[in-house]
Amino acid sequence: MSAGTAMATGDEITAWQTIKRGAEISPELKDGLWGTVLLALLGTAGRVVVPIAVQQTLDRGLHGPHGLDLPFVTRMALLAALALVLTGIASYLMTARLFTTAERGLATLRIKAFRHVHDLPLLTQNTERRGALVSRVTSDVDQVSQFLVFGGIIGIVSVGQIVVATMIMLVYSWQLTIVVWVCFAPLFLSLRYFQLRLSEAYGLVRRMVGQMLAAVSEPVVGAVVVRTHAIEGRTQARIDEAIASYQSASTRAQGLTAFSFSLGGVSAGLANALVLIVGIWLGQGHLWAGDITSGKVLAFAFLVTMFVSPVQMGTQVLTDAQNAIAGWRRVIGILDTPADLDDPGTEGVALPHRPLDVEFAHVDFAYPQGPLVLCDVDLRIAAGTRVAVVGETGSGKTTFAKVLTRLVDPVGGEVRLAGHDLRTVSFDSLRRRVVLVPQEGFLFDSTLLANASYGDLAAGPDDVSRAVVELGLGDWLDGLPRGLDTRVGPRGESMSAGERQLVALIRAHLADPDLLVLDEATSAVDPALEMRIGRALETLMSGRTSVTIAHRMSTAENADEVIVFDQGRVVQRGPHVALVAEGGVYGRLHSSWVAQQAT
Amino acid sequence: MSDAAEPGRTTLRDGFGVLGVAIRREPWIFTISTLGSLLFGALTVADAWVLGWSTDHVVLPAFESGTTATGGLVAVLALFLGVAILRAVGIVARRLGAGVMQYRMQAAYRREVTGQYLRLPMAWHQRHPAGQLLSNANSDVEAAWAPIAPLPMAVGTLAMVVIAVVQMLLVDLTMAAVGLMVFPLVTVATLTYQRFSSPLFTRIQALRAELSEVAHESFDGAMVVKTLGREGEETARFAEKADQLRDLGIRVGRIRAVFDPLLEAIPGFGVLGVLGVGVWRIRNGHADPGDLVTIAYLLTIVAFPIRSIGWLLGEFPRSVAGFRRVHRVLDEPVDTSYGDTTLGQGEAARLELESLAYSYVPGQRLLADLSLVVEPGRTVAVVGETASGKSTLTTLLTRLVDPDAGRVLVDGVDLRDLPRGELARHVALVPQSAFMFDDTVRGNITLGEDVADEDVWAALRTAQADGFVAALPHGLDSRLGERGTSLSGGQRQRLSLARALVRRPRLLILDDATSAVDPEVEGRILAGLRRDGGGPVGTTLVLIAYRKATIGLADEVLFLAGGRIADRGTHAELLARNPAYARLVNAYEEVTT
Repeated sequence: MSAGTAMATGDEITAWQTIKRGAEISPELKDGLWGTVLLALLGTAGRVVVPIAVQQTLDRGLHGPHGLDLPFVTRMALLAALALVLTGIASYLMTARLFTTAERGLATLRIKAFRHVHDLPLLTQNTERRGALVSRVTSDVDQVSQFLVFGGIIGIVSVGQIVVATMIMLVYSWQLTIVVWVCFAPLFLSLRYFQLRLSEAYGLVRRMVGQMLAAVSEPVVGAVVVRTHAIEGRTQARIDEAIASYQSASTRAQGLTAFSFSLGGVSAGLANALVLIVGIWLGQGHLWAGDITSGKVLAFAFLVTMFVSPVQMGTQVLTDAQNAIAGWRRVIGILDTPADLDDPGTEGVALPHRPLDVEFAHVDFAYPQGPLVLCDVDLRIAAGTRVAVVGETGSGKTTFAKVLTRLVDPVGGEVRLAGHDLRTVSFDSLRRRVVLVPQEGFLFDSTLLANASYGDLAAGPDDVSRAVVELGLGDWLDGLPRGLDTRVGPRGESMSAGERQLVALIRAHLADPDLLVLDEATSAVDPALEMRIGRALETLMSGRTSVTIAHRMSTAENADEVIVFDQGRVVQRGPHVALVAEGGVYGRLHSSWVAQQAT
Repeated sequence: MSDAAEPGRTTLRDGFGVLGVAIRREPWIFTISTLGSLLFGALTVADAWVLGWSTDHVVLPAFESGTTATGGLVAVLALFLGVAILRAVGIVARRLGAGVMQYRMQAAYRREVTGQYLRLPMAWHQRHPAGQLLSNANSDVEAAWAPIAPLPMAVGTLAMVVIAVVQMLLVDLTMAAVGLMVFPLVTVATLTYQRFSSPLFTRIQALRAELSEVAHESFDGAMVVKTLGREGEETARFAEKADQLRDLGIRVGRIRAVFDPLLEAIPGFGVLGVLGVGVWRIRNGHADPGDLVTIAYLLTIVAFPIRSIGWLLGEFPRSVAGFRRVHRVLDEPVDTSYGDTTLGQGEAARLELESLAYSYVPGQRLLADLSLVVEPGRTVAVVGETASGKSTLTTLLTRLVDPDAGRVLVDGVDLRDLPRGELARHVALVPQSAFMFDDTVRGNITLGEDVADEDVWAALRTAQADGFVAALPHGLDSRLGERGTSLSGGQRQRLSLARALVRRPRLLILDDATSAVDPEVEGRILAGLRRDGGGPVGTTLVLIAYRKATIGLADEVLFLAGGRIADRGTHAELLARNPAYARLVNAYEEVTT
C-alpha cells in the first residue's frame, strides 16, 4: 500500500478528543494528576480564607454580644494567616508539579512527532515544506506548553473555586445560589458555540504559522538564486503576505476571544443585581424564605464576587485553550498520518548477509494520481552482478532505484530480494543490507568523521581511516589539513561536489551493504577526484550486487550487464558490447557519448 | 546591555525599554487599550460603590421597613447592569487592543528580521543555519512582545490602584498605611524572581533555536536518514535538545512556583494586617466599622491588579531574552555599498577583471592578480582543477561577494557602482546545483516577472526543457515540490537554465550547468546558446566547463591555475602547447566517458 497522502492536520478531532489523545501520547501528563488536583483544591479552599475571616470579623467580632471581641478577632486572624501559609505551600507544590508534568509530557510529544516525520513515507514527507514541518515540532508544541502550565493551573483552580464558592453559597441560602447559577446559565451554554468558532479560528492561525515558516525557510536555503536573480523584492513580498495572513488570523481569533470573555462580566452584573433583589424579596417573608437577614444578603453579595472571579478566569482559560488545542491537534495530526509503508518489524524477514539477487516480477509503479512510470518491469539480477541502468531522463530509471530500495511500493507486481518479497522484510534488516547512494550526497553540518560514520555508527576514527584507505582515498584524506575532523559545512557546502561524493562513498563502504544502489552523481568533478571516485567505486562494487543508475559511458562499459529503460519499460539488456551492436535506444545513447568524446 | 552585575534590575530596566519601543510604535492602539483597562478599573471600583449605595438605600431600608420600593429595585438592576455592560466594553477594548498591538509589533519585527536576512551577505548566512533563523523570526519575536498582552491590564489597574489607595488614605490613614505595605513586598518578590529566571530564559530561547536547527537539518536530509535507516540516531540527536529544553523549563517552573503564590499571599496578609489594626482602632474609637469594611474591601479588590502587575513584570525575563536575540540580527551591519550608475541595454556585455584578488581564509589567497577581458558576444570557457577558484569566480562576477582587491567591470562599470538589482538585469548565473521553489513551472522560470508564455516556451526550448514540461499534467502550471523532487536532476538543471535565459541576459555564466543532462541533449543546448545566445540580443557566455564538447564550443579557453590565468587561447592551441591543460582535459575525458 503506497502512501503519498498529505499530512493530516488534525482538524477533524474535537477539543476533548485532542486532550484525550494528547494524554495518551504523553502519559507523563497524567502522572500524579490527582495529587496535583488535590493540592489545587487545597489552594483554592485557602483562597476563601480571607473573605471569610473578614465576614466573620464583621458579623461576630464587631457586633458580638459584648461589642468588640478582640480575642475572637485575633484568633480568626491567626487562623487565617496559618491558612494562607498552608495555601501558599500547596500552591507552590501544585505549580511545580504542573510545570514538571507539562514539560515532560510535551518533550515526549515533540520527540514522538519528530520521529514520526522520519517514519513517514518519502512521498508524504515531500508534500509538506521543511519550514512547516519544523513548525509542527517547535512552535505548535510551544503553544501547548504555555497553556498546560498557566492555563492548566488557572483552570483547575477556577473549577475548584467555583465548587467551593457554590458550596458556601448553598450554606448561606440555596435560593440565592440558584439565582446566581441561573444568571450564568446562558454563559455556560454559549461556551459550546464559542468553542467551535474559536477552534476553527485558531486552527487557521496554526496553519498560517506553518506557512510563514515555510516562506521564510525557502529563500534562506535558495539564497544564491534569490540574490543572483535579485528577487529579494518578490521574496519579501511573499514573506510579508504570509506574515500578514498570520496577523489577521490571530487578530480575528483574538476578537472572538475578547467578545466571548466579556459576556461573563454581563452575567456577573446581572447576578449581583438579582441577588440583592431576590434577597430583599425573600426577606419580605415570602415562601421558601428561610431565615434571610440583611447580613446574609450582604454576605452573599461578597460571595458572588468569589464566584464570578473564577468563572471569568475559567472562561478565559477555556477560550485561550483553543489556541493550544489547535497547536496540539496539528502535532497529533502528524502522529495520525500513516507511517511508512508497513514495516513488518520484528515479524519481518531478515535478509541473509551475502550478495543479494534481485527479482522484479511484473512491477508497475505510478505516483499518486499520476500515469504509470514503470510498466511491467520484469527482470532478474544475479547475486554479485554489477549492473548499469541507463535511459534518457524521465525513462524511469531513478524510480526503478526507489522501488528497488523500497522507498516506495509498487502499485502492481512484486519486488524480491533473495527470494523474499520486499514488503515482508523488516526495515531494520533492509536498511542494513541495502544502501542507496543518491545523486546529490547530503551531508550534515558536522565533521567528515561524523558524516562517514553515519554509515556504521560503531565505526571509530580508525575504522573510518581504514575504509578510506581501502577505497584508495588515503592521499586525498592526507591532503585535508584537518583530516577526519574537517568540517563540511551546512549541507556539506564547504566541500566541493566531488568531495561530497567521496564522503558518501566512504559512508556506503562503512555500511557494508549486500546490495548497493548508486544513483550516479553527474556534477562535473575535477579529473583527479574523478579518478579517485572511479577507483573507490571499483572497490565498493566488488563482493556485492550493485545497481548503478548510470550517466557515463564508462560505467556502462565496465558493468557486467546494462539494462536500458525507455518510457518506463525495459527495452534492452545485455553487456555493453552486445548492446552497441544491437543499436536501438542504447545505440543512440552510445553514439552521442562517443560524439562528445571526439571533439 | 550587560547583564553581569545586577540581572534583576537590568532585566527590569530592559523590560520596560522593550515596552517603550512598542508603545512608541503603536501609541493609538495602546491608548485605546489602556483606556479600556481604565474603564474596566474604574467600573470595578464603581461596582463596590453601587454595592454600598444599594446596601444603604435599598437593602437595609427594605429589611427594616418590611416593604420594597419598586423604584429602588429597578435602580439596583439598572445600576449593576449598566456598570457591567460598560465594564464589558472596557474588557473588549483592552483585550482586543492588547492583541492587536501585540500582533502588529510581531508582524513589524518579523518583516524587519526577514528583510535583514535578505540583505545580509552570504558569508553571514554560512554562519547561521536556516533553523536558527526560523527560530529568530518566530519564537524570539513572539517572546519579545509577549508582555504586551498583560500590559494594558497592568496600566489600567495602576489607575484603579491609585484611586483605591487614595480612597483608603481618605478613610483612615493608619489602616491604609498597613495595607500599603503590600507594595514594597511585591516589588522585592518580583525583582528576586527576575534575577533568578532571566539567565534561564536566555538559555531557553537559545535552546529553542538549536532545536529548530536540528529539526530543519534533519528534515532536509530526510532521504539520507531513511535510506540508511538512521531514524533512531536522528531522533536521539533531537531528543537531547528537547530534553535540555524540558529540564530548563522545569527549573523555571520551580522558580515561578514560588513567585506566583507569593503574589497571591501578600495581599491576603495585607488584609489580615488591616483587620488587626482596624479592630484595635475601632476599640480605641478612632475608626468606624464601616471604615474597616471599606478598606478591607478596597484591599481585596486591589489584590488582583497587584497580581497582574506582577505577571507583567514576570514576563520581562523571557521578553528581554527574545528581544536581545532579535536585535543581534537587526543590528548586524550590512555594509554592501551600492552606486547609481545604470548599464545600457541592447548589446552583449563586456566583461573585465582587473587584478582581482580573493581569499576565503585570510592569508590563503585563492585568486591573486586575476585580470582578463572578455569582449562582447564572445564565448569563454574557464577550465581548471577543483579549488582553482572557478566557482569563486562566479560568485565574484555576480557580486555574491566583493573581491579583496581589484575590480570586476561590466561594460566598464565597477559592480560596486551599480544600484541594487541592476546587475541581475544584465547578468545571469546558472549555478551548479539547481534550486527549485515551491511554485509552478512558470513561477520558477519567470520568478514573478511579467513574461509572456511564448517567451517562457522559447527559453524552455533553448534549454531543451520544452519536451518534458509539455508532457507534465498541467504544463507550465504544474507545481514543483519544495525541492523539485518530482523532477530528475537533469530536468531541474534545464529549468534552472531556462530561468536564466528568459531574462535575456547580456552576460550568461554557466557553472557546470549541463552536467546532469544527457550528452545528446547537452550538445543541443550548447548549440542553441551559441546560435542565438539566449535571445535576440547577443550574449557574452562564460562557461565553467569540463567536457571537451563544452569547451569546444568556446571561442577561447582560460586555463585557471594557481589563482591566476595560466594560459589562454583556443582549445586546440592549449591542447597543443600546454601539457598541464592537456593532462587535465584528457584525464577528465578518460574517466567520465
